[in-house]
Amino acid sequence: MKLTTTLLATAAMSLAGIASAQEMTIVSWGGAYTKSQLKAYHEPYSANTGVTIINDDSSAEAVAKLRAMNEAGNITWDVVDVVAADAIRLCDEGLAMEIDPDTQLAAAPDGTPASEDFGELLVSDCFIPQIVYSTTVGYRTDLVGDTPPTDICAIFDLEAYPGKRSLEKRAINNVEWALLCDGVAKDEVYSVLETQEGQDRALAKLDTIKDEVIWWSAGADTPQLLADGEIVMGSTYNGRLFSVIEEQNQPVAMLWDAQVFDLDGWIIPTGLSPEREARALDYIMFATDTQRLADQAKYISYGPARASSAPLVGQHADLGIDMAPHMPTDPENAKNTFLYNFEFWADYRDDIDGKFQAWLAQ
Amino acid sequence: MTDVADTGPVLAADGTPLKKSLARALRLQKTRALLLIAPLLLFVLISFIFPIGQMLWRSVENDIVSETIPLTVEALRSWDSTTGELPDETVYAAFAQDMVVAVEAKNHTKLGSRLNYEKTGISSLFRRSGRAINKWDLETDGPFKELFIDVHDGWGDIEIWRTIQTHARSVTPGYFLNAIDMQLTPDGAAAQPEDRRILIRLFVRTLIMSLIIMGSCIILGYPVAWLLANLPARKANLLMILVLLPFWTSLLVRTSAWKVMLQQQGVINDVLVWLGMVDDANRLIIINNQFGTIVAMTHILLPFMILPMYSVMQTIQPTYLRAAKSLGATNWTAFWRVYFPQSIPGIGAGSILVFILSIGYYITPEIVGGTKGVFISNRIAYHISSSLNWGLAAALGTILLVVVLGLYWCYDKIVGIDNVKLG
Repeated sequence: MKLTTTLLATAAMSLAGIASAQEMTIVSWGGAYTKSQLKAYHEPYSANTGVTIINDDSSAEAVAKLRAMNEAGNITWDVVDVVAADAIRLCDEGLAMEIDPDTQLAAAPDGTPASEDFGELLVSDCFIPQIVYSTTVGYRTDLVGDTPPTDICAIFDLEAYPGKRSLEKRAINNVEWALLCDGVAKDEVYSVLETQEGQDRALAKLDTIKDEVIWWSAGADTPQLLADGEIVMGSTYNGRLFSVIEEQNQPVAMLWDAQVFDLDGWIIPTGLSPEREARALDYIMFATDTQRLADQAKYISYGPARASSAPLVGQHADLGIDMAPHMPTDPENAKNTFLYNFEFWADYRDDIDGKFQAWLAQ
Repeated sequence: MTDVADTGPVLAADGTPLKKSLARALRLQKTRALLLIAPLLLFVLISFIFPIGQMLWRSVENDIVSETIPLTVEALRSWDSTTGELPDETVYAAFAQDMVVAVEAKNHTKLGSRLNYEKTGISSLFRRSGRAINKWDLETDGPFKELFIDVHDGWGDIEIWRTIQTHARSVTPGYFLNAIDMQLTPDGAAAQPEDRRILIRLFVRTLIMSLIIMGSCIILGYPVAWLLANLPARKANLLMILVLLPFWTSLLVRTSAWKVMLQQQGVINDVLVWLGMVDDANRLIIINNQFGTIVAMTHILLPFMILPMYSVMQTIQPTYLRAAKSLGATNWTAFWRVYFPQSIPGIGAGSILVFILSIGYYITPEIVGGTKGVFISNRIAYHISSSLNWGLAAALGTILLVVVLGLYWCYDKIVGIDNVKLG
């Protein structure tokens, strides 16, 4: 309801061409994710400051759009939610401003400076992480027989788990899993992937299941395919699986094995007027403090990026279940994990994705 | 008075020569007409011609290298890359000067991403070097060759310098070469390695599948258009609504509906299994492949075929058919020799519409096409929004534009564009 009102307000405002000093446009992914931010960040912030927040669900094209806005010299966004890899690219292109965590972000309640609280999750000078999410695998409990899969290599095991599976239509994550299941040690995956032979090896492994894969490009695809019984198992984001399993009660279960951690967070575009920039920074300071990050976990099963937020994670706002065991960062879930290698993919993305897409088209 | 009228020019009522007066009136009329279409003209110019021009320019534009590191580009001119030796200190010194300026303006990482399209690894090379270079003092530090190689051994790799030298030109054919599965190397144009070739294949696939979609639209649309033109008005109106109904439904809804229909646990498979025509274990795979794309796109583009056909068929007199039959023609001959030739302009118009629309289709192949049913436009979208290689996207778009214009020209030569009627 609130969202609709805000959207209506946006339409009315832009029609009238009025740019009130008291509003800001925040860009995010839409759906349940934007809703969790609305509850945890936007509503309390608006209540405190009187600033109207306009939501724009354009994060998927954020980099391209920010680049176009920058070329046109008219930045209409104030704060943008992007994944870490995109934040690095925006920072590289000079499209996001650098933020000093210790002076421009709130310290933890016990006084730990933000740079230590976020720790190594601060992967770019322009990026303030918000959540840790993971890409992992969900499966239909009624289609896997008596031996439900326990590790990631079930994806490649057509004998034990025949049927279609869904994987994301890009190289990232898939090639890592392929190498892991082809016998490469976890800490050697990226050094193997740097070589031509390693890339060929990963594609050869994927080739063994190519005919049985449905390739997805939207996060909602795999949950839908699982719910329809169209696939046996498929990769997607852990929050989507939480929603299928706990909120929609589908016969689906999930694996945490070899989940690939990734980060999502805020950037502020460069080229804002000083006044808008100050407001964006003020919002960021508020929205990334310890309590706010912990609050978001009430609405969606993604782990807060601050170490100090983890103990504050409570129960789901509607279902009343404890959220901590559903966090990808929960020690029980994080026994075997992978951290998306940002530096590697910044370099190799064009090359490996080119090969991957050519392989797909064959 | 009669003398004047006979010898001098004809005068208008106000005494000016009629010719002049007429010209003025016409000019006024023309200006008024021009003013009336001015908004449209401006709109087309600003929203259509100008962006297309920009796209054409972007596909060859490559100022970034010579603007970010101008001194280096200048110094590299005298370096002979074929000797197999690294550039000398003058190049590195010039590069240091350029980089200090570039790092200050944060342009070095932009250049890094640009060159990373050509050689993997350059992106992090520039990003990692930035911080160290920021601390240098150009006056006292040096020689820079060792300093650079200290910061990152990539600067001691001759291939990196050859790449920079090759792509220093401010107008480059590189993107066009990439668009046809080739690449610009220090030794000139060369083919892409085999495992990266995809674009030619996609261009061919886009053309073939668009032709198939056009063909199935003709086959399915022709009888419907004929019925529309020949049924009594009341029935024809109802049929017309059925044809137009999909038009009023969102494209995404229609495409998603096909997903529900065609998937393995979908409506069609369920019905076939229930009828016993298909074994439950071997349900048909009719989506996420070329078949899915063809079915969904034929459905979506069908009205664009039916409507022009219908408006042409409406103008064909039924008396011609009767005349043919009364002269002894069979039904088939009457149709094939008399009716069909008259309906060709409609087929032509519909075919051009459907073909050109489908060649640029993006969202439907993305949703139902899987891996084998995607078009070149999906690749363009990928380079616009994911890889951010806008130069390559522009080159692909330009080629697509040229191909469409070329086909249009062929059509004009073979069928004749005067032979196309929208009604």
